[in-house]
Amino acid sequence: MNPLYTELQWLLRTPQEFSARLKALANSPGPLGRDVQALALPALDLNQLTKLAKALDKVREDGKSLNPLTPFRLAVLSNSTIDMILPALVASAARHGIALEVIQPFYDQVAQEALTPDSKVNSSKPDAVLLALDYRALPLKLSLGNAGASSAIVQGVIGYLQALRNGIKTNSNAVCIFQTFAPPAEALFGSLDRALPGTLRSLIDGINRELAEFVLGSGDVLLDVSALAETIGLADWHNTQLWNMGKFAFSVELIPLYADHVGRILAGIRGKSRKVLVLDLDNTVWGGVIGDDGLEGIQIAQGDARGEAHLAVQRLALDLRQRGIVLAVSSKNTDEVARAPFEKHPEMLLKLDHIAVFQANWNDKATNIQAIAEELSVGLDSIVFLDDNPVERELVRRLLPQVAVPELPEEPAYYARTLAAAGYFEAISFANEDLKRADFYGDNARRVKLQRQVGGVDAYLASLDMTITFQPFDATGRARIVQLINKSNQYNLTTRRYTDPEVAAAENDPEVFTLQVRLADIFGDNGMISVVICRPAEAGAWEIDTWLMSCRVLGRKVEHIVLREVLEHARAAGVYQLIGTYRPTDRNKLVVDHYAKLGFSKVAAEESGLTRWELHVQGAEPESAPIKVISQGFATDKEASRA
Amino acid sequence: MDEPQVYARLAEIFQDVFDEDSIQVTPELSAKDVDGWDSLTHIRLILTIERVFKIKFSTSEIGKLANVGDLVALIKVRS
Repeated sequence: MNPLYTELQWLLRTPQEFSARLKALANSPGPLGRDVQALALPALDLNQLTKLAKALDKVREDGKSLNPLTPFRLAVLSNSTIDMILPALVASAARHGIALEVIQPFYDQVAQEALTPDSKVNSSKPDAVLLALDYRALPLKLSLGNAGASSAIVQGVIGYLQALRNGIKTNSNAVCIFQTFAPPAEALFGSLDRALPGTLRSLIDGINRELAEFVLGSGDVLLDVSALAETIGLADWHNTQLWNMGKFAFSVELIPLYADHVGRILAGIRGKSRKVLVLDLDNTVWGGVIGDDGLEGIQIAQGDARGEAHLAVQRLALDLRQRGIVLAVSSKNTDEVARAPFEKHPEMLLKLDHIAVFQANWNDKATNIQAIAEELSVGLDSIVFLDDNPVERELVRRLLPQVAVPELPEEPAYYARTLAAAGYFEAISFANEDLKRADFYGDNARRVKLQRQVGGVDAYLASLDMTITFQPFDATGRARIVQLINKSNQYNLTTRRYTDPEVAAAENDPEVFTLQVRLADIFGDNGMISVVICRPAEAGAWEIDTWLMSCRVLGRKVEHIVLREVLEHARAAGVYQLIGTYRPTDRNKLVVDHYAKLGFSKVAAEESGLTRWELHVQGAEPESAPIKVISQGFATDKEASRA
Repeated sequence: MDEPQVYARLAEIFQDVFDEDSIQVTPELSAKDVDGWDSLTHIRLILTIERVFKIKFSTSEIGKLANVGDLVALIKVRS
């Protein structure tokens, strides 16, 4: 089976401390809605869902509040064994902001429960009734080749389902949730089954089509189990051994997936489906980094495999916009650089006209997403944030837990599918107003002012458990050093390009101080992320010839720690002053204040925009940061490790 | 996997399925000894074991299991 679906891979994996946090619910006075929802958020397996449902029962028994979850009473009518499904429904509904209570009548009492006014289901006054029927509940008599008899069977089934509906409507006025029917995997003739009237497949096809039409007109709700089963594969959906053993209508492994789909529908009924998609740009909407690779370098072309993967993301975003989902952008970039592809790149499907709010700056994304929500006057729980970078995803999850942030696989070809599979925008109906909603927000890619920063960024950085490693240039690192020197545009103070032999010369010159910098964090090794070259200037001074950094690690105070390292070596070498230069290009506006932020004093400013800066080594004390420092391979140096 | 390892894995599975940390998994343990070990939980238990040990049991094998000792014997044959 495809693990994207069976393991709900858009969700985080269940954390180690799940059981401990579950137990902690018992000792917390509540209201517990937020805690319960956080527990339900990862991809829980059936055993974990069952445990969470049990804990929820206990919370209710103790009379504790589940605010702010929205209460919902759901009765489930079925011809199969649903005992294992019900706890999964309760736990999965919490993931979608619903405090679900389920009502289960006796096994296989579908008609009696629907049609009797004082039945268990009707007298419990449910908000909705889920008719969890599978094809084995229906009187499907083969009538091979007989169009008239087949049509009568289909009409008979639809009539039966309508009678159930009318009974429920009359007796409890609950919303009915109808399931389409997953056909069995086994064929009778083979391909002919689809064409010939009266085969099981064509009967079920007919019933599904008529049922869908009827639901669209009646104001009831459809759960397309048939589509879900086809997505999984019918042979995996139907487990004949389990049906024989315990009348399980579908594979027990798939209960978490099914339950999540029911949760989406319930959230949709309560108006909780999401309304805004916030997109990252670099390596999400296009391949590559616009600030470094430029308009010609980003991958977005038809015919280029990587480019097509990102085009698929754009196409999905556009289609979502067409059905009323509002699009916004949050990117770590200079505004005009980030806008350039939208304005100038011929292969871009997304245009600035499609984007309601366009936030390209160097602030943290949590602050930006909050500004987007305020500008659009929507709650954070209406927002989905799509970003390829796990650090950005984790930061937003941590600081804005109401925002939905799908996990993405390594391979960009699966980005669009993963976003679609997550079902954040599940809607139970579609109206003409939806078509206009995106326009209502006035798509002018406006930029909004940031209010104060969302709290907790520093604590988050500490939790990243970063380790920075400093080394002088060496032969092993040279290829990557040369690449960074020739590719980095944005976080690059002087944009001096050097060839391999030139870098080797610097490496071997004892007068030149060089630094290659690597950074690792809880998400893994970021590899080499910064390069510095200092050359002797006037007596006792170092001229910072080159200082560049990868934008991926921006906002983590890496530059402060790099300066501390440079100062350390400067002191050891008896250098009393550092001289820095900012040489402006059309790409490096990001670092115009780099030296000012690090405490250098401006000593010269030319008309070209070039500025020169000085820092006295003695007494310079740049800001520290929660990063573990490893310094190795320096001639004068012991292998040093400082916390 | 040797027998003590099988028992150790089973202990984790039993604790997970029955949501009870104090279960001692011994060869003699059977459904009558554990609160909540009904036919449905039995299927959830078997399916979890199948997933963790990456094996499949036949319907008749599942029907014949009398206690944990039988179960371990079957796991050893299968894995």
